[in-house]
Amino acid sequence: MELDAKIPDGPIAEKWTRHQFEMKLVNPCNKRKYKVIVVGTGLAGGAAAATMGELGYDVHCFTYHDSPRRAHSISAQGGINAAKNYQGDGDSIFRLFYDTVKGGDFRSREANVYRLAELSVNIIDQAVAQGVPFAREYGGLLDNRSFGGAQVSRTFYARGQTGQQLLLGCYQALERQIHLGTVQMYNRHEMLDVILIDGRARGIVTRHLLTGEIEAHMADAVVLGTGGYSNVFFLSTNAKACNVTSIWRAAKKGAGFANPCFTQIHPTCIPQSGEYQSKLTLMSESLRNDGRIWVPTKPGDERPANDIPESDRDYYLERLYPSFGNLSPRDISSRRAKEMVDAGQGVGPLKNGVYLDFRDAIQRLGKDKVSERYGNLFQMYEKITGEDPYSVPMRIFPAPHYTMGGLWVDYNLMTNIPGLFAIGEANFSDHGANRLGASALMQGLADGYFIMPLTLGNYLVDAPSGGVDPDHPAARDAIRECVAIQERLLSTGGKRSVDSFHMELGRIVWDHCGMARNESGLKEALKRIPELREEFWRDVKVPGSGADLNQSLEKAGRVADFMEFAEIMCWDALTRDESCGAHYREEHVTEEGEAKRDDENFLHGAVWEFKGVGEEPVRHEEPLTFEHVPLSQRSYK
Amino acid sequence: MKLKLHIWRQTSPRSKGDFQAYDLDGVSPHMSFLDMLDLLNEQILEEGGEPVAFEHDCREGICGSCGMVINGIAHGPEKLITACQLHMRTFKDGDEIWIEPWRAAAFPVIKDLVVERASFDRIIQAGGYISVRSGSAQDANAIPIPKADADRAFDAAACIGCGACVAACPNASAMLFTAAKAAHLSYLPQGQTERLQRAADMVTAHDEEGFGNCTNHGACQEVCPKGISVDYIGRLNRDVLKATLSGVEVTTR
Ligand SMILES: Cc1cc2nc3c(=O)[nH]c(=O)nc-3n(C[C@H](O)[C@H](O)[C@H](O)COP(=O)(O)OP(=O)(O)OC[C@H]3O[C@@H](n4cnc5c(N)ncnc54)[C@H](O)[C@@H]3O)c2cc1C
Ligand code: SF4
Ligand code: FES
Repeated sequence: MELDAKIPDGPIAEKWTRHQFEMKLVNPCNKRKYKVIVVGTGLAGGAAAATMGELGYDVHCFTYHDSPRRAHSISAQGGINAAKNYQGDGDSIFRLFYDTVKGGDFRSREANVYRLAELSVNIIDQAVAQGVPFAREYGGLLDNRSFGGAQVSRTFYARGQTGQQLLLGCYQALERQIHLGTVQMYNRHEMLDVILIDGRARGIVTRHLLTGEIEAHMADAVVLGTGGYSNVFFLSTNAKACNVTSIWRAAKKGAGFANPCFTQIHPTCIPQSGEYQSKLTLMSESLRNDGRIWVPTKPGDERPANDIPESDRDYYLERLYPSFGNLSPRDISSRRAKEMVDAGQGVGPLKNGVYLDFRDAIQRLGKDKVSERYGNLFQMYEKITGEDPYSVPMRIFPAPHYTMGGLWVDYNLMTNIPGLFAIGEANFSDHGANRLGASALMQGLADGYFIMPLTLGNYLVDAPSGGVDPDHPAARDAIRECVAIQERLLSTGGKRSVDSFHMELGRIVWDHCGMARNESGLKEALKRIPELREEFWRDVKVPGSGADLNQSLEKAGRVADFMEFAEIMCWDALTRDESCGAHYREEHVTEEGEAKRDDENFLHGAVWEFKGVGEEPVRHEEPLTFEHVPLSQRSYK
Repeated sequence: MKLKLHIWRQTSPRSKGDFQAYDLDGVSPHMSFLDMLDLLNEQILEEGGEPVAFEHDCREGICGSCGMVINGIAHGPEKLITACQLHMRTFKDGDEIWIEPWRAAAFPVIKDLVVERASFDRIIQAGGYISVRSGSAQDANAIPIPKADADRAFDAAACIGCGACVAACPNASAMLFTAAKAAHLSYLPQGQTERLQRAADMVTAHDEEGFGNCTNHGACQEVCPKGISVDYIGRLNRDVLKATLSGVEVTTR
């Protein structure tokens, strides 16, 4: 597997500008002749499809949703970072770059992260021009808040619906292109495979979710903006349909899968209320700006929160990390919460949460101000738990939320398969081993609006184009494989529901490859996952037929892929014999209980090559160098 | 809790559907309405049947996927929430619950509780955007926007495109949805240039999709999970009138 990151020469601050100049261009009149497939209409896919349509490419865009507006990006709440320095508090592109590299615990590529920070400012301009109603101050200028892992206020937000508003901006741009005829939209189409011809990505196989038709679509390049795979854990904050299928099938066709074990657990979710629950709800991290996190000092304290006096409360983040306090990075906040619960200091009926208390904020700011900042989050919390967070503290607990791992891409966002691009959460991203809050929206939009539409041309100029149709043998083979998988799922005739398998898989991955990992646990998982997969294929029950809307069948296909993918995640966690960011190996911990990196042996991205189901995958390395942010132990004390 | 559910079952767009009754035991008051349907589907599966098809994704009231009429009310008895945010503590042991899909000519039923809402996308395509190319924008703070306007734009932009307004309207009109989008953009300085054209084009598309006329029932606002106000409809109608008076021609689609 060849892994050339293709980082342009020159000083870091000039790389992107220089690269844009040096890339080859497609003549505007010729763009129409190139057909590009985009899978996904989230911030990354939607922005890319709209922008490439504007540029004049013949864009074909696919989503399994009934409308592009429903992509999972819609549910992002808290905000989006940008180095605008509108607050005049000393922010800069370099500082955002620095914070992101450090926050990622030195496992990302400096050049990519710098470009991300650089483009962050354009995103805000773009969004405002589209009509995204960001929060404003009374003077009419844009407002900012601060987010975990940063000491400046650089987060732009739209109440608790930043993702929705950004996605609507992007969706509207996309609908405009559909109207203009540059983008053809395929709703309710699930991508099942990539089609390679002569080693290049030349198309995809899709299933029409209403008619069941499985067919091939050919193109000159394929872009995957299909989001993250947190649902491998079954319980996560991701929308129910989020899955790994598109990128996993690409990996099976030879695309390198980078750092699959880098998964982020979000510190502020509503604790599970019972076994029946299939989805966890995130409470935006922005709440940590004003809420204070605590647990009772005494384990097993049964008193209602408001009856527990100050002296019996442990504001543990403020105590352990005086300078960052409640805004400590996600991985740290999550692990500390788990420790508190494990130590018996958990709160709530199932003792599975910690408090996030707004009492002091309400006293300081008044209820109105708090309501203006967080009103809809409070409402959401109340609807779910039946408790009023204005009068009793919220209960929160960490939950799987975001995946830093994804398809390996070079500086041009192209995978090692020529013509196959991956953008947004689907690629292994710029977040290293841990993503800072409000940086995923930024990355998805930078990839989609500003990077991929430009690097595409550079690829197309020298690539073969046209001349392949859905009758090509490679397309027919790919279709045949997808049909075979579907037939097998429908004919198993087993007894167990897909959900029950998914739940069991999720439990294994959560227990052994979740917030904390160790060698024996990972080995155990690597033993149990293949067993469960074998049972799945023997005993899964998928009712109905493949010829119409069949939600059980859709789920079954996705879970089948998780069953294979989970293994590679554990391989990655096992072989990365260090701790870094969100990857916390219990064997490698500093005296203060933080992740202890091993830069001598692991200063690289791990890129996995698929070798067959159940076969041990091959691990490749992309070495990382840090010239601008000196390697250091993260400290948020 | 134990419940009796009456659920609309329909195998395909052309087939005739009807209500089927199910007894469901073991429902916890902490469950969400969709957790409850999951439980039912597991039971149906166990008994060898085909699970009830319903749309859902985020399960937190933001994606607009879930939509069903519960006991005659779009998104159910509680105000300002979607079906996925409804929790079973709203019901009590022994309750009977009737669940059916949105019903509107412009939202054909696909299967069980799933309807096709692509007509909403086509209304947006007709003009529900500000025409700006990626990378061509000026600095975001170059045009200050009075907070009150930004807030009003936001209130309108909160629409999640669920279609409850249509389901509740006796005329199956989608004017609340259409007006919300138009208002979101027309409160902002960036949205002024295309304002009248947008109004004329979106309302034309709305009518062509087969949505009914608005006759001011206000049922839409009652069920809207995001509290979108019917006042926006008046605002849109005024813009359409202005467009007509100033000779704006509808863009042909
Ligand atoms: C609850 C929540 C809150 C968040 N809040 C924030 C925040 O405040 N700030 C922040 O920066 N980040 C936040 N994030 C993270 C952020 O929202 C996501 O990382 C980001 O939106 C991902 O965007 P995307 O475009 O890569 O993918 P998505 O938005 O997930 O889109 C994926 C698209 O791909 C399509 N798709 C996937 N697979 C297939 C297939 N096989 N066939 C066809 N189509 C397919 C889907 O239909 C969808 O259109 C949050 C995440 C969650 C879960
Ligand atoms: S206006 Fe309200 S009810 Fe209608 S689609 Fe929008 S959110 Fe749903
Ligand atoms: S499932 Fe997303 S709004 Fe209900």
